Amino acid sequence: MNIIQKIKDAKLTGRGGAGFPTWQKWEAVKNAPGEKKYIIVNGSEGEPGVLKDGFILENYPEELINGVKVALETFENSEAYIYLRKDYYDKYKSKLVELSRDFSITLTREPGGYLCGEESTLIESIEGNRFEPRDKPPFPTEKGLFGMPTLVNNLETFYWISKIAKDEYHSNRFYSLSGDIANPGVFEFSEDLSIEKILKETNNFPEKEFFVQVGGGASGIILTREELENKVTGAGAIIVYDKEKTDPKALMKKWIDFYFNENCGKCVPCREGVYRIKELLENDNLDLEKLKDIVFVLEETSFCPLGKGVAMPFEGFLGKIY
Amino acid sequence: MEKVTIKIDGKDYQAEEGDTILKIAHKNGIKIPSLCFHPDAKARSNCRMCVVEIKGNKNLQTSCSTKVTEGMEIITDSGRIKRARKINLELIFSQHQEECDDCVSLDSCRLLKYQKEFGAEINKFPDRKKNRKIVQTGPIVFDWTKCIDCRLCADVCPVEFLEVENRGADIAIEASSDEKKECINCGQCIVHCPVGAIEAEGEFEEIEKPLADKSKTVIIQFAPAIRSSIGEEFGMEAGSIVTDQMVAGMKKLGFSKVFDTSVAADFTTYEEAQELLERVKTGKNLPAFSSCCPAWVKFLEFYYPEFIHNLCTSRSPQIMMGGILKTYWAKENNVDPKDIIVVSVMPCTAKKFEVKREEMKLENGCFPVDYVLTTREMARLFKKHNIDLKNIEPEKADNPFGDPSGAGVIYGASGGVFESAFRTAYFMATGKNMENVDVKEIRGLEGIKIKELKLGDTILKVAVVSGIKNAQKMLEELKKNPSAFHAMEVMACPGGCIGGGGQPIPNTPEIRKKRAQALYQVDAEKKMRLAHENPSVLEAYEKHFTDKEIIHKVLHTSYQQRKKSEVKELKSSRGD
Ligand code: SF4
Ligand code: SF4
Ligand code: SF4
Ligand code: SF4
Ligand code: FES
Repeated sequence: MNIIQKIKDAKLTGRGGAGFPTWQKWEAVKNAPGEKKYIIVNGSEGEPGVLKDGFILENYPEELINGVKVALETFENSEAYIYLRKDYYDKYKSKLVELSRDFSITLTREPGGYLCGEESTLIESIEGNRFEPRDKPPFPTEKGLFGMPTLVNNLETFYWISKIAKDEYHSNRFYSLSGDIANPGVFEFSEDLSIEKILKETNNFPEKEFFVQVGGGASGIILTREELENKVTGAGAIIVYDKEKTDPKALMKKWIDFYFNENCGKCVPCREGVYRIKELLENDNLDLEKLKDIVFVLEETSFCPLGKGVAMPFEGFLGKIY
Repeated sequence: MEKVTIKIDGKDYQAEEGDTILKIAHKNGIKIPSLCFHPDAKARSNCRMCVVEIKGNKNLQTSCSTKVTEGMEIITDSGRIKRARKINLELIFSQHQEECDDCVSLDSCRLLKYQKEFGAEINKFPDRKKNRKIVQTGPIVFDWTKCIDCRLCADVCPVEFLEVENRGADIAIEASSDEKKECINCGQCIVHCPVGAIEAEGEFEEIEKPLADKSKTVIIQFAPAIRSSIGEEFGMEAGSIVTDQMVAGMKKLGFSKVFDTSVAADFTTYEEAQELLERVKTGKNLPAFSSCCPAWVKFLEFYYPEFIHNLCTSRSPQIMMGGILKTYWAKENNVDPKDIIVVSVMPCTAKKFEVKREEMKLENGCFPVDYVLTTREMARLFKKHNIDLKNIEPEKADNPFGDPSGAGVIYGASGGVFESAFRTAYFMATGKNMENVDVKEIRGLEGIKIKELKLGDTILKVAVVSGIKNAQKMLEELKKNPSAFHAMEVMACPGGCIGGGGQPIPNTPEIRKKRAQALYQVDAEKKMRLAHENPSVLEAYEKHFTDKEIIHKVLHTSYQQRKKSEVKELKSSRGD
């Protein structure tokens, strides 16, 4: 059976955070006209609390390379890039070079920060341009790197592609657990498991009052003790916060500092909005009206997922926790 | 292109696939606010003011960059949309230091317009850019305390002089410090900035200066391209011809004489036509480049000095007029040239630089022109003195330089300079006037027009170019094929001076089209349509410009390779 059909049957979704059906991207690239095609492994993992790509690089580099090989075989005249955040690159370079020796695979060290994980920004950065997202359409699958059809998948996705090719995929994913828990780390479970189950299975279910942030450590959504029957979304992170120990304002500051440093400055809601949230958080009295207004435009009108991501934790946090 | 049907606010509209929502909405009179969008540039979609709801999309989408597809359902106004626009507008205001009283865009300010529309609070957040720099290079002043980071200026700057620096809230547009980059003063950044962050030197402080000295003979001249644009500043349609109203206003302000630079354009035509024929005959310094656009001249001097010898040596009309006034006219009227002040009203910011070029100095030590006002500054001066061009009794410009040929008037549109020169060159070469003087094939707003024209037995291959990026293309072409054409007219601004950097804002393709059409209309309605038939020109040559030497001193110039100009930091913002 052809691999795209297999991926479709496996119902694999991208493990980077957006959760887009993987087979659709593959099919789009396959069908897009272009004298050359590019495959990009997105290993720019940059949010606090998300650790699974590093875990795969450490433990299963062969599977990763095998996944890339499957892609190289699927797309005619293709070339692959493995795009890694700086420390991963430095740590795993020699191993990966050795494994990918016989294939047209280039290793790239991420030149910028978190935003470079956004697929069109990633492409801009490989092309040597300013690290900023592109307008879509055209999507990278039609016109990506150097104007050619380009497949950008998360590093973990390639791991599962390898498994699918070998008929070893059983709808599992990797979870990164951190925060106020006893056993932090990366764990593999079925993607259908609830948050509660995962916490329990890993002996991490807190005894004290707590809430969790799920997805990513900055863009993750906030869920309370009562909402743990949900499944894990986004990049698969669960961060547990001890309610008593956690200073809500400090936590909001932590998120916003992250976005303040990582946003590119292109669009108004994110550039100006993040600046103003930071300013609001420095006041003793937090102006909730203004904060909610800004969160609203971040979610509704930001140019790229980074800006929309700022809104994600705030939406649940304001109300449920603060 | 495929036709598609879309729904906007519940009504069906026909559109072409590939059109944006904003374009279709505007075409059908549906209002959507926009700041960072300008039809001259590709959508950057960063202000997020033009957001709309599209069925099937979770979040709001920008209409300036979203292309329509069959069956798309769009809502352009709702509580959700209003809220988003209002908040974004307040965020934009928070990075824009308001100094509305002396702002280039006051009358066209969309920020203020939207502020009223959405009930936005201007000072919801403290201004965060108060301490940003204000810098100047040549006559262009960049006030970064007002900049809203939309990047339109950087996109339209033809020489990439404006660069985007830094990230996040520190993002800044900056004047390049690269020694290999120079601002050519075209002012395109000014007319594309949505918030008046860039202006020309003296836009506010110096407009009254020339009138202050009562002991002098203060003469004003106005460029061809002003007559069909200045009316916009008084609420008239683009393309309204207000020559005589403007003259009346100038007289009311107290200028001793009001002359029409289009008459000087007739002199320029006369000289340029001869240069062209001479070069075609001898085969030297071909192709001949037009030289009346100072931004183009500076571009060539800085970026392509190897082509300097291709420039015609004829001075630009405003400089010729100044020179003629301070030599011939001064003598005829018994005035000491040192007691004459010449003010030019130009559609152009580069003209402010041109008048200061050392090589323009006359033998008597005078610069031909003392002050340059842009179209916007002239309008401001009128308004300051309660002169409304809509309600004023028209008057004629003064003799002997008040009545131009039609050829002198079309100088303001791309192709006009060459058309004028061609009409006269035709006469000079064949001894006959053209049967039909219209050279329609080189008219229009296209950036590059390459045509073959018959001049007696010779076929002249000409390139008519507007926009420096287009000119650059042609120069690269010439490097490969030096005899690709005989002559090239270049105007730095899109569509020529009608789209100049000193013109009223907004300055869109649609507006430029109307401004240009009006100039051709004036020409078509004129009896005298040929520069070499203008009696004031003929008289001046008969009486004064009788030998080569004097012609050269007053009507021609030279060029030089240039170094980068200084980018000065101005101490404080204007006004304090
Ligand atoms: S949302 Fe933020 S990161 Fe994305 S384009 Fe806008 S400013 Fe840049
Ligand atoms: S005046 Fe012209 S050349 Fe100078 S910065 Fe503005 S657009 Fe660029
Ligand atoms: S100066 Fe004006 S045009 Fe340029 S980026 Fe700033 S606001 Fe936009
Ligand atoms: S085209 Fe006209 S307005 Fe523009 S720079 Fe040249 S002379 Fe000035
Ligand atoms: S006009 Fe569309 S985002 Fe600025």
